[in-house]
Amino acid sequence: MSEPPGAAVSLAEAPAIADTPSETLSAQRVQPLRRPGRWIVTAAVIVLVAQILHGLVTNPFYQWDRFRYWFLRPTVLDGLLVTLEVAALSAVLGLLGGILLALARLSGSPVLRAASWTYTWLFRSVPLIVVLIFLYNFSALYKTLSLGVPFGPAFVTFDESRLATDMTIAVIGLSLNEAAYAAEVVRGGILSVDQGQHEAAAALGLPKGYQFRRIVFPQALRSITPNYVNQLIGLIKSTSLVFYVSLLDLFGAVQSMGSTYPGDVVPLLMVATVWYLILTSAVSVVQFYVERYYARGATRTLPPTPLQKARAGLAGLRARLSREAAV
Amino acid sequence: MTTAQTLPKAAPAALEVHGVHKWYGTHRVLDGIDLTVRPGEVTVILGPSGSGKSTLLRVVNHLEKPEIGHVSVGGELIGVKRHGDRLKELSERAILAQRGRIGFVFQNFNLFPHLTVLENVAAAPAATGRLTRAAAQELARELLERVGLGDKAGAYPRQLSGGQQQRVAIARALALRPGIILFDEPTSALDPELVGEVLAVIKDLATSGTTLVIVTHEIGFAREVADRVVFIDGGRIVEQGPPGEVLDRPRHARTREFLGKVL
Repeated sequence: MSEPPGAAVSLAEAPAIADTPSETLSAQRVQPLRRPGRWIVTAAVIVLVAQILHGLVTNPFYQWDRFRYWFLRPTVLDGLLVTLEVAALSAVLGLLGGILLALARLSGSPVLRAASWTYTWLFRSVPLIVVLIFLYNFSALYKTLSLGVPFGPAFVTFDESRLATDMTIAVIGLSLNEAAYAAEVVRGGILSVDQGQHEAAAALGLPKGYQFRRIVFPQALRSITPNYVNQLIGLIKSTSLVFYVSLLDLFGAVQSMGSTYPGDVVPLLMVATVWYLILTSAVSVVQFYVERYYARGATRTLPPTPLQKARAGLAGLRARLSREAAV
Repeated sequence: MTTAQTLPKAAPAALEVHGVHKWYGTHRVLDGIDLTVRPGEVTVILGPSGSGKSTLLRVVNHLEKPEIGHVSVGGELIGVKRHGDRLKELSERAILAQRGRIGFVFQNFNLFPHLTVLENVAAAPAATGRLTRAAAQELARELLERVGLGDKAGAYPRQLSGGQQQRVAIARALALRPGIILFDEPTSALDPELVGEVLAVIKDLATSGTTLVIVTHEIGFAREVADRVVFIDGGRIVEQGPPGEVLDRPRHARTREFLGKVL
């Protein structure tokens, strides 16, 4: 009752075992195909993995005591915080920019379409590091920024050197870059929504904004999510480039500590590696649940969560063991 | 019989199609269609595939723009407004408001798969601000009851059979409280055993006095519910009249040929 998959298995096979005499049973039972090749490959992989793990643990070069020392150092955590901040802000701004660019690209106006295409073309072509260093030197190109009538009088004037902190430069640079890629991801998502959905929304007279926000975009998100998470993981790693505009992110902290303590370079790099692994894993977990949420209605039953899967697997195993014990 | 007798001046026609021409590139889909539907009348449009019958239906709620001619529903021009002796295109917002008074049922249902059945039906009245969310859901429950799906309110469309989905789509169209409902081959995407339940719902609407325009291949159904059958071929109305005339004693060779193939 509580574990349907296990119940289904035992229901399907129980009569063959319990209700029929064993003479007929042996004729009915099918001997599974033996796969020796698979066993050999499995053994080889296990040996290989064991060797790598053994090397990681026993090679003194990794200096795991120094790794432990550095892993939660305030310098490293400060760097991690900067990485998180830059990544989060750029992810949100990049996605918003990407949505606007995608809408412009899909709009009826040829000027908007061309502008969006040109933007994407430009920022996908220029390496991120070039964009960042360009922005870093931006204040030399334009001393002040002002809001006002184009080519006319200005209402508000900003002093560019005060506005452009290292953090702002990093976030703007990454967002500009991210938006170009996000635009294509979002556009692909919108195009994946069935034309009939647009027509039905139009035929019902739903307001234009509602059509996009409540009908088209939620359905587009189903294909946007995996692609955008892919982008996002790339983005988290690209944040390491902000070191070059003198922002001490995770990589920057590790790098500068490494030059102060040259003997600890390897454990410091391991610290950075493990933190990046943790960030990427966290994003993947969030991705699973976001995808599951947007799968509502797209599949007849939602995919099971890992916990549900583990429970079902355990129940199946228990059922199989009790069956084997019975035989 | 004069026009004054068949069309009393007091009540405007439920639907009036006036000299509508429509091209897709160089292909002429509609070639001068004139059609008048009285309030409460059930009109069935028949015709071979590619004859322009679906396009005609889509021109009525301005999903397709006619190149020449105009359409009015309940006396109101659709998609355009009169400006002196010319017609000017309406704003998108105004067209959406007009569509909100015309029911449209698609061949492929086109329910919103990420919304529950109840949310599908309640969406339009709530989103356009005609009803509060609660009132829209109340209305949606009533309409689902009416199409026999009161127990499916919380289900998602893909959990339903095709016939049930199409009945939800009909409830969704009814939620607009439309003056007229257009059906674009409502049973063509259904398994044969599911056609009956959808036709029963449409028939129920027909007998309750709702103005319906139905594009279909179900000749038997046309004979049963239609006040008028319109036969279209090559983007023109070939002939029209009561089902007894058009279906049993067609005057045109094209109609006879078509009926010979489908009957």
